[in-house]
Amino acid sequence: MSTIARIRWISGPVLRAVTEGVFQMREAVEVGETRLLGEVIRIEGEEIVVQVYEDTTGLKPGVEVHGSGRPLSVPLGPGLLGNIFDGLLRPLAGTGSPYVLPGLRAAPPLSFVFTPTVKPGKRLESGAVFGTAGAAANEARSQKLLIPPNQGGEVIQVAAAGSVDEDAPLLTLRGAEGKEYTVAMRHDWPVRAPRPVIEHLANDKPLLTGQRIVDSIFPVALGGRAAIPGGFGTGKTILLETLAKWCTADVIVYVGCGERGNEISGVLEEFPELEDARSGRKLMERTVIIANTSNMPVSAREASIYTGVTVAEYFRDQGLHVALMADSTSRWAEALREVSGRLGELPGEGAYPAYLSSRLAEFYERAGRVTTLSRAEGSVTIMGSISPPSGDFSEPVTSHTKRYIRSFWALDVKRAQARFYPAIHPLQSYSEDVGPLGAWWQATGNARWPELRRRFLTLLEDQARLDRMARIIGKDAMPPRQQVVLACAELVNEAFLRQSAYSPSDRYCSPERQTAMMKLLARFIEQAEAAVAEGMDPGALARLPVYRKLVRMGEDLPEEALEKYEQLATELEQAFTRVSKADAHAADR
Amino acid sequence: MRTQLIAESAATRLEGPLLFLKRTVEAALNEAVEVIGVDGRARLGRVATLDEQHMVIEVLESTSGLALAQTRVRFFGEPLHFAVGPGVLGRVFNGVGQAIDGGPPIAAVRRLRIEGLPMNPVERNTPRDFIETGISTIDLMNSLVRGQKLPLFSGGGLPHDRMAAQIAINAHLRRAETHESRERQNAEITPGEHAEQFAIVFAGIGLPYESADYFRRTLEESGALTRTALFLNLASDSSTQRLLTPRFALTAAEYLAFMEGKHVLAILTNMTNYCESLREVSSSHGEIPSRKGYPGYLYSDLATLYERAGCLRGHAGTLTQLPILTMPADDIGHPIPDLSGYITEGQIVIDRELDRRGIYPPVKVLPSLSRLMKDGTGEKYTHPDHPALASQLFAAYARAAQVRILAGVVGEEGLAEADRQYLEFGREFEEQLVNQAEARSLEDSMAIGWRILRAFPPSELTRLSDAQIRAHITEKNV
Repeated sequence: MSTIARIRWISGPVLRAVTEGVFQMREAVEVGETRLLGEVIRIEGEEIVVQVYEDTTGLKPGVEVHGSGRPLSVPLGPGLLGNIFDGLLRPLAGTGSPYVLPGLRAAPPLSFVFTPTVKPGKRLESGAVFGTAGAAANEARSQKLLIPPNQGGEVIQVAAAGSVDEDAPLLTLRGAEGKEYTVAMRHDWPVRAPRPVIEHLANDKPLLTGQRIVDSIFPVALGGRAAIPGGFGTGKTILLETLAKWCTADVIVYVGCGERGNEISGVLEEFPELEDARSGRKLMERTVIIANTSNMPVSAREASIYTGVTVAEYFRDQGLHVALMADSTSRWAEALREVSGRLGELPGEGAYPAYLSSRLAEFYERAGRVTTLSRAEGSVTIMGSISPPSGDFSEPVTSHTKRYIRSFWALDVKRAQARFYPAIHPLQSYSEDVGPLGAWWQATGNARWPELRRRFLTLLEDQARLDRMARIIGKDAMPPRQQVVLACAELVNEAFLRQSAYSPSDRYCSPERQTAMMKLLARFIEQAEAAVAEGMDPGALARLPVYRKLVRMGEDLPEEALEKYEQLATELEQAFTRVSKADAHAADR
Repeated sequence: MRTQLIAESAATRLEGPLLFLKRTVEAALNEAVEVIGVDGRARLGRVATLDEQHMVIEVLESTSGLALAQTRVRFFGEPLHFAVGPGVLGRVFNGVGQAIDGGPPIAAVRRLRIEGLPMNPVERNTPRDFIETGISTIDLMNSLVRGQKLPLFSGGGLPHDRMAAQIAINAHLRRAETHESRERQNAEITPGEHAEQFAIVFAGIGLPYESADYFRRTLEESGALTRTALFLNLASDSSTQRLLTPRFALTAAEYLAFMEGKHVLAILTNMTNYCESLREVSSSHGEIPSRKGYPGYLYSDLATLYERAGCLRGHAGTLTQLPILTMPADDIGHPIPDLSGYITEGQIVIDRELDRRGIYPPVKVLPSLSRLMKDGTGEKYTHPDHPALASQLFAAYARAAQVRILAGVVGEEGLAEADRQYLEFGREFEEQLVNQAEARSLEDSMAIGWRILRAFPPSELTRLSDAQIRAHITEKNV
């Protein structure tokens, strides 16, 4: 280590320094006595330009800049799970101050119980599993230990099982050129470099989220990429948090990028309380939080997205399914813009740098379902929120993001204002993975899934059209056939698309329950159309007791009461028999 | 600590608010300075850029009257600090923290950097204590909790000052339901102590004299002035100084909240003036403008102010913010309200149409929002049926708004019976619930809410459970 440069010029988070040795592009550096972290972003002759990730107050010309000889890297190890870090993966807990002070230190090594799974003499490829790590204090899930990518060789020596520090050498390997080196529980990896995999797999399995409008209408695949754009107050953060709580991923990486401190503290309070329905463990145990709130240094915000996806890839390489929530990618893009402005780069659209699009692509392309180096299946699913200025989806971040994602969940101001959550607009949103995921649903108990989904969507499309017409001629003047459409679309909205994130019975909806609800609603639509065709007053539909029961089924018939959906189906049939009898009766007289 | 480094006749260039100096003294980035011109007036500034030979001072006040010759720059040896103490309450300061009420300088207990530091999210407590403001549209529909930042989005000529003053005077904690939060904070709250523990920090940013005077008078009449610290940067004062006013005020607020253990309500008005100043300064620096000429860092800059609200673990006091901003041309999509809305925990939107109809407070409920409402309402905090009632009122009122558009085209007579009911509900909602002459308790607000919902048949009340309908609607209808 330690090539040195001296500050020549400084302004805000950017400084220029004269080098006394070799610096590389994107090399991580430490500045001044408090060792502020920075990164080399430009080299001009003997001068380097450094972007500092922390408050630069107090620096002056002449202060030393120390090179590290390697790109900005983060330590990846079993100590990540269940903890909260800043944008450069330095722990925020236990800093001893209620405030975030400049000069945070990297995570100190934690102790885990090491259980080797290899013996001396075995050849290990890069990325292979060599043991497991479990927490000494409780029997929280054990994690696989990996040979870092780009390393490998013959095992010379294995440390004994037992409690060891994350950075203690455990294996001695002899590499290809006969060089020996050691491997510990944790290893460093440069955040801007994707971790290698053997191959990418097709997106044909869903990431189940327990949210009806996502799973059943606009599904996202394991290894898929989704964007959630929405103006302020449309519920982006709540939706991302809900997805983080109930989706069926093994590990959640939650990146709070330039968002509110109180929200992070809410997550920190809630996640240790809530239980993962599948494992029965606390949600926090499967979660890594990376927090760079809006008032923390802007340049670290730019790095936090890459830090998050690097952590996600690390868990993917252990053969796990990882969901990465990034809230919000717009704040990240703004950080990019701010740094670009300070460098005097030519601004592009919306004053964002011209490379915004390629940076977004680099980020989203790190998602995917893959075969890992250790021949396991793992995935990283990325879900990013977008905060478009004044809710206008034509702005650069939204429009560029759309080119790289496959599920688009557009949040609607009107719905949010009526407190209709999740406020995902059914006509502006889409999912490009409907084809392969439809096949999954058909194989998993809902043979009519593609048909029912299309039925719901056409109904909503018709409603939008008819609503416009109703505005001109009045609802009463519409033919009964069209009034049925309006009543049924309203039912689909209220009973299926609306789902309260705070209701203990409705915040999670299993695939079985979604199927049951979908079938019930489809049946109601069929029956209602038939009844009205035979002369029933469409205005009476909403007054049927079974209508109200359907609207409230998510809330009133919880997961444990799946059999009640059968009863509701019977009730539904009877309701319409009774109606047709009553009509027949009326006709007789 | 207070070094007296002075640079004399080192100035080489003056450009807008920037003063270029030869680097004759050892200065560090962001160090505070005083620039003393030939007129003898001292102007605050800070070191913005440094290189081996030169430095750039950003003068935070007007540079007119400065000359290259005979300009002296005094270096403080540290960034801008504010000397605070319990004595700040009951005092009036100018925009840069100097007492202007003729009283003695305050006895300083602590010197704090006015920029503040970002709170560690791990050390934050989730705000949960419901504050009763006496305003139905806030208490019932968009509840405010301690440690929240909830701005008023208003427009020129609307009664935001009156509302803010009313909230400042009326706001109190609901005592019956606070046992849990009390345990959490380890702070015994008894009625006597309550007034003692409550403090107001008022930052007038580019305020016309009348507004400033209105607040001062209202607070005085209610007897709250003794627990208020006023920071006044009037419209006639330096516009660059405006960038400092909220920072001085929030530094005092943080001191009162986290060192003195008080529950502080900080009123920042008017944030639009703040943003205008920021644009002015940014363009004079020659920075690349973003939307509508505002700098690209407007979001981050506003965040450094708004994010200073909150509750800290192990600290009894809290800091709640009530910023007021006037939306240029009543446009909620304008960068100032837009970016504020992305940082604050909701917004209370004040509406011109309601105001014209004589409804006070003219809160437009649908675009208003309190993000922390879920944390401070419901069984443990207010009333078990409070969230469901609010949700039902929102749903019904949103429908009423839709029907109104419909009625505007086809006329009221052309509406179906059910739709006419909604139209009537919309009127009732505005006249009975939104409109109020005096403060209401949450119970009173809820009673009105239930009452106006009784016009609907139970089949329309889809956000209420059967039990809630029985308890509040059908039984009372008989």
